[in-house]
Amino acid sequence: MKNRNLKFFNKDNFKTMFKSKGMNNFYSALIAIACGLLVGLIVMLFINPLQAFAGLGNVIAGGFSGGTEGIANVFYYATPIIMTGLSVGFAFRTGLFNIGATGQYTMGMYFALYAAFMWQNVIPGKLLWVVCVLMGLIGGALWGIIPGLFKAYLNVNEVITSIMFNYIGMYLVDMLIKNNGAMFTATQQRTKIPPINSNIPKMGLNYIFPNTNINGGIIIAIIAAIILWVILNKTTFGYELKACGFNKEAAKYAGMNARQKIVVSMMIAGSMAGLGGTLMILAGNSNIYEPINQLAANGFTGIPVALLGMSNPLAIVLAGLFVSHLQRGGFYIQLLNFSPEIIDIIIGVIIYFSAFALIVKNLLAKLTAKNKGKPKKQKSKKLSAQTAGEQ
Amino acid sequence: MEENIIEMLNITKVFPGIVANDDITLQLRRGEIHALLGENGAGKSTLMSVLFGLYQAENGEIRKDGKKVRINNPNDANALGIGMVHQHFKLVGVFTVLENIILGVEPAKVGFLNRREARKKAIELMNRYGLKVDLDAMTEDITVGMQQRVEILKMLYRENDILIFDEPTAVLTPQEIKELLQIMRNLKNEGKSILFITHKLNEIMEVADRCTVLRKGKSVGTVVVAKTTKEELSRMMVGRDVDFTVRKAEKDTAEEILKVENLSVESHLHRNYAVKNVSFDVKGGEIVCIAGVDGNGQSELIYALTGLEKVARNSAAYDRHERKQKLTEDLKGKKFGEKFLLYFGYARENIADNARNFSKKFSASAKRITRRAKAVFMRKNENNETDSVYGRIMLCGKDITRSRIRTRSKTGLSHIPEDRHKHGLILDYSLEQNLVLQRYWEKEFQSAGFIRENNVRNYANKLIDVFDIRSGQGTETIMRSMSGGNQQKAIIAREVDKNFRLLIAVQPTRGLDIGAIEYIHKQLVKQRDEGKAVLLVSFELDEVMNLADRILVMHGGEIVGEFRPKETTVEELGLYMAGAKREPRQ
Repeated sequence: MKNRNLKFFNKDNFKTMFKSKGMNNFYSALIAIACGLLVGLIVMLFINPLQAFAGLGNVIAGGFSGGTEGIANVFYYATPIIMTGLSVGFAFRTGLFNIGATGQYTMGMYFALYAAFMWQNVIPGKLLWVVCVLMGLIGGALWGIIPGLFKAYLNVNEVITSIMFNYIGMYLVDMLIKNNGAMFTATQQRTKIPPINSNIPKMGLNYIFPNTNINGGIIIAIIAAIILWVILNKTTFGYELKACGFNKEAAKYAGMNARQKIVVSMMIAGSMAGLGGTLMILAGNSNIYEPINQLAANGFTGIPVALLGMSNPLAIVLAGLFVSHLQRGGFYIQLLNFSPEIIDIIIGVIIYFSAFALIVKNLLAKLTAKNKGKPKKQKSKKLSAQTAGEQ
Repeated sequence: MEENIIEMLNITKVFPGIVANDDITLQLRRGEIHALLGENGAGKSTLMSVLFGLYQAENGEIRKDGKKVRINNPNDANALGIGMVHQHFKLVGVFTVLENIILGVEPAKVGFLNRREARKKAIELMNRYGLKVDLDAMTEDITVGMQQRVEILKMLYRENDILIFDEPTAVLTPQEIKELLQIMRNLKNEGKSILFITHKLNEIMEVADRCTVLRKGKSVGTVVVAKTTKEELSRMMVGRDVDFTVRKAEKDTAEEILKVENLSVESHLHRNYAVKNVSFDVKGGEIVCIAGVDGNGQSELIYALTGLEKVARNSAAYDRHERKQKLTEDLKGKKFGEKFLLYFGYARENIADNARNFSKKFSASAKRITRRAKAVFMRKNENNETDSVYGRIMLCGKDITRSRIRTRSKTGLSHIPEDRHKHGLILDYSLEQNLVLQRYWEKEFQSAGFIRENNVRNYANKLIDVFDIRSGQGTETIMRSMSGGNQQKAIIAREVDKNFRLLIAVQPTRGLDIGAIEYIHKQLVKQRDEGKAVLLVSFELDEVMNLADRILVMHGGEIVGEFRPKETTVEELGLYMAGAKREPRQ
């Protein structure tokens, strides 16, 4: 009898906890976004007070102000940053900070381009894009696995190696492309347009968004996110990865091979970033790569996307779409003579405030506790207080 | 004397599913030692966290010197002169001991850290209270016992008036406890007020003036220690009479389960071996206790047995250390010429040693390669003997000297680790995830790499029922939010409920209350009675004497004596533990 009571009580408790925790996360994200927009508004007020509110409207409307094409563009530009976001977020869950998404992104892109140009006559028809995507995965994985090996076997901090590998990868790719006549047009200092067969198919999206940039890349990105989510939450492999991320010593104690997990995790993270580069370059809009010795910005945007998505693959998809939406807004405020960099400021502030998520959450929990006056509603407060206490 | 320096009036603190403190009143008088007694989860730590500003109470108020105060965070508490030694230490691992002591109150001149002054003050404190610590050691490298001392020094360094000791004696040896209790008396005589959280009744009887007893979040009452007895206190605490002795039937030991030969482990602290050439065995149906003062190689020995640390080569390094010691002794009072000759001999022996060691190592690896080749090509899997350079660990007749941790676990090893937060648990995982930590890869809990969540949950619920693990939200409870005793129960449930022949338990009762200790002791004896082998490391001689069938005493990385509890006394063990006596080396 007593036992049954206890169980019922626990179940009930769990439900309320889950609810309140999720809600709190959501609220704190909303507050961070509001703060970001507010700062953006203030900046715009300084630059051009008359147009500031119209500019804010544009930012909030984002891709929607461009109609079907705008929405399609949100998806289109979201694809690579979702992939790099997944890359960073996945490594985070294993306790690794993969700052090398840029290099992996460029490397994956190069591998895909190489397959597209060099093998276009070898691989029949539409199979080419599949091979390109696979090559992109391999290229990114290769560039992710090296920092992983360094970390696992020589205990070199992955942040340092992966930053360095950003540059090594970028210069290497630029050099390889410039020296390859089949890929590079020297007169225009850019790669040739990839062959049609290597383009990612539209996968039916062109019926929903006719005459736009959209292609199947976003679907591939979402599938990748779902796969990562399943790996992390449903498999023993994910269980091991997270265990290594939370407490390496305990993982070792439980007989897990922490080194192997680090390497594999970096490999998967790298392949995700590489896939991002592939989906970008093969999007089928005559995309080209200019070897001008610059790190790809999409790789770094992955870090705020992962942070905003709290390293949850599914949330990262939403975060990537949201960031892309804001960036579209930045595109449209140029009509009002604002520079699109304001969007970067807003995104920066949002990330800054979402880093305070814990504090915001605490505050919210306190407020709700005071309003409701019920002890039951205090779970998240207690949890965070506990974490604070442990630290 | 009768004036209250701190009053906590009608404190209520609620956690999800649990009322941790229910209308508790605690009054601490100036210059007294006030003990706070209660089982695990009775709310002692919570109450002290409220006082220290880590939690805010829903109800009730705190008064200092009769004036109402609000303590929102530990800084407020510090400003009021309240200092706390936590049960789980709050130290920065990568700082030196000195840096940890002065952390937050660094003496500085124009922004520059004045280490000399800090050191002077720290050394003065160390000398005054007999708390010897190496100020320049990295905090993460020193033992738990030493870290405890750093915590106490930290508090003393801040010159706090009200000192909270959260189970400070749990990690100390009998002698150290005696010293600590003396320190507490000294502090009291200097006018400081002490809140002493413990569940060791002996210590309360010895040192405390008054004692407040908590049970299940409620205050049972405050008594004057001089006017009460141990039995009464334990009855107040547990709510029933407690049996202090462990009942244990005589049992014949069965076959040998663990056999250790010439095992050495390198130390991370110094350039010497933490464990030197240790040999012993554990048979089925017996509890073997390793007694000794903390930091004498017990942890390293267990790490080597469980695979967390590599087994070292039994090489010249060990002999060389011995030889060097002999040399320094020999050199005393010798003339230059004699000194030279001695040095020469020393160097020659070292070189010869190196050569011998190299050839040994070489032949060993050659042997290993041939053996592997045999196993691969001729499908001959001999039960191999390990290379003589390493010692040997045999578990159930299988050589596990250099096996992986998972292999050891499958061979029949269960391990209740010393540090449950570092090794035993993943605090950010839920209870159920922690309960399958050693078994998640078994068929029962996964198919084709996917976790079978229903099975995990059912299994977790079964363990929770059988082992009486209490938590706020059942199987979903995040480990971090559970009380220490229940965390330990979860580990024990996990380690005992798997297929094993040898249970290694390191300080399984550290920081636990009488009820939980009684429970854990019963579990250990139960495993022994079922014919399992139990290897227990404990720093508490009472526990050792109560539980052990055989006692091995470790000192300086070596086993210096073997006893049967009936044929020895605590005093004799103490002599061996301190290194004053030892059995001749075999």
